[in-house]
Amino acid sequence: MAFSNEQLERYSRHMILDEVGVKGQKKIMKGRALIIGAGGLGAPAALYLAASGVGVIGIADADAVDLSNLQRQVIHTTPDVGKPKVESARETMQAINPDVEVRTHKFFVTADNISSLIADYDFVIDGTDNFPAKFLINDACVISKKPFSHAGIIRFQGQLMTWVPGEGPCYRCLFNNPPPPDAVPTCRQAGVIGAMAGVIGCLQAMEAIKFFTGAGKLLTGSLLTYNALSMDFRKIKLARRPGCAVCGENPSITKPFDYAAPVCEGITI
Amino acid sequence: MNLIVAGARKEYEDGLSVAELIVIENVETPMYVSVSVNDEFIKSGEFETTIMKENDNVEFLYFMGGGE
Repeated sequence: MAFSNEQLERYSRHMILDEVGVKGQKKIMKGRALIIGAGGLGAPAALYLAASGVGVIGIADADAVDLSNLQRQVIHTTPDVGKPKVESARETMQAINPDVEVRTHKFFVTADNISSLIADYDFVIDGTDNFPAKFLINDACVISKKPFSHAGIIRFQGQLMTWVPGEGPCYRCLFNNPPPPDAVPTCRQAGVIGAMAGVIGCLQAMEAIKFFTGAGKLLTGSLLTYNALSMDFRKIKLARRPGCAVCGENPSITKPFDYAAPVCEGITI
Repeated sequence: MNLIVAGARKEYEDGLSVAELIVIENVETPMYVSVSVNDEFIKSGEFETTIMKENDNVEFLYFMGGGE
């Protein structure tokens, strides 16, 4: 693959990095990333992956852009209200970088479709907003041995962790099972500061880029937490749970399944 | 005894269980918190019977469901 003059210029700040270089940029351009959820986390992740030149970017979301999204979902603009999020996201990504192929998946991700969906990608970014979806993505990625970035945000706090096969705990090691509906606050109920989605979504994009290029060390075996009020970043080292139902020694979960969606919230992945 | 709780070293009374520490630290949504001691997860059914020792490193992990 030879670079065009335009590509050499567009990616010059990557290529002069020792950890990326021409080789690393080629790896980025051969990379295929799937972002599940074109919302607060997915928006900044999609913007930076597109700008970086990731070869194929899939974006899955069944929702339309709502005015209340725009405080944080920076890939969508005011004229996009009412438009399917995947369409709005695709237009912005391709405006930033026509080089990238954007594949839109305008549907709910479920146990029935997730395995075939993730099969076409090298790295998955969980940008969903509910626990059933986060557990579904975890289980499907662990079972399919698909590297992924988990993240969650609320109020002034955020956290993320990367999973790759054989390295560190999975999301289910950390939390076993989703909490009952309404047992823990959601962003809709408790709020979230818009820039938090930017910070954590960009960190997820950073993990994807590191995964593609091989630069540095991925955030496996640790949960990174961020408290914006105290401005503390903490990296909490964690071991696998040997009894984990999906990645443990004797897994009881061998294929993805759906938890019932909370009736009051709806599933908005 | 000294414990390191969420990264901060503090003095606690001896013989404290994980369940008691959750109360003392005023943990939010205590029913749904995950706890690791020295990087290993403690089963929620063992919070009452797991007793802290000098210099144990305790972390509370919280559900964060947002992302949209």
